[in-house]
Amino acid sequence: MTGHDAVFLLVALFTGGAALLTVTSKNLFHAALFLAATLAGIAGVFLVLRADFLALVQLVVYVGAVAVLFLFGLMVTRAPIGREALDGQNRGLALAVSGTLFVVLSGLIIQSFGGVRAAEVTGPGIREIGIAIFAHWVLPFELLSMLLLAALIGAILLARRESGESGEESVERRIDFGDEPSTEAGAQALPAADTAGELPAGEPVAGGER
Amino acid sequence: MLAEFLPILLLFVLATAFAGGSLLVSSLVGPRMPNPTKLSAYECGNEPLAEVQSARFPVKFYMVAMLFLIFDIEAVFIFPWAVVFRELGWFGLGQMALFIAILGVAFIYEIGRGGLEWD
Repeated sequence: MTGHDAVFLLVALFTGGAALLTVTSKNLFHAALFLAATLAGIAGVFLVLRADFLALVQLVVYVGAVAVLFLFGLMVTRAPIGREALDGQNRGLALAVSGTLFVVLSGLIIQSFGGVRAAEVTGPGIREIGIAIFAHWVLPFELLSMLLLAALIGAILLARRESGESGEESVERRIDFGDEPSTEAGAQALPAADTAGELPAGEPVAGGER
Repeated sequence: MLAEFLPILLLFVLATAFAGGSLLVSSLVGPRMPNPTKLSAYECGNEPLAEVQSARFPVKFYMVAMLFLIFDIEAVFIFPWAVVFRELGWFGLGQMALFIAILGVAFIYEIGRGGLEWD
């Protein structure tokens, strides 16, 4: 058990523990936070295998953006977070399937890479990755920019209604004094609960444009 | 190369031990004398009367996170390009220029659609 193995054991315990807490947690928010910890642990595994660029990209992209988006999505949609939101009917089947998958995967990995000592792993550094992307895989790289373009346009289209609105709603109630406002085309109702009292009864509250 | 990251691991272990140790010691050593007055409003004030239906979580925070993700991935690709910049020559410069130009189009669209407006 070298120092390398000891560090890997530490990182693996942290990652495995966080992953276990992710799937067994009863609060959805806690599960998302444990998922962020698991992804950070995976970055630690990359570091143990000497892939420093991959570890930093994992931290920046997964923990810094994906997990954050997860959490923000939970908050924006006001998803049910507590115990009543858990669906517990298929737990036995899920446990059987995931257990089988775990056994098969670990058997395959140990059979393929069990002979390689972790201390001898020399993965590509950032230089080799750079050469691979920009000298050999040029077209996928440019197509990736199109993908990011599509994602950005999609995000803006979905989240903004029109320029100037932030999507923040507040419930406003108009207080009507007098008759109902006229339904002729062009008459816009103002959310003017504070000015309704100043108008004589019977006059509709007209907007700035008719 | 790997030994350079050892101080970071040590920092994590120390920080976790310090935070966890503080909580542990305070729970063991601190006296326990609960009093309902301690749970009331600090210094002065009224207790809240009813649960107010708060406004929805504004979506502009989600927009910030989403835009950060897109441009962050762009930055992540600039890093390895910068490392091998000299060997790639003009072709590499053209590649990255095209990449940034396509995302620049997305940026101009975002500005025009008010994606950078806070309110």
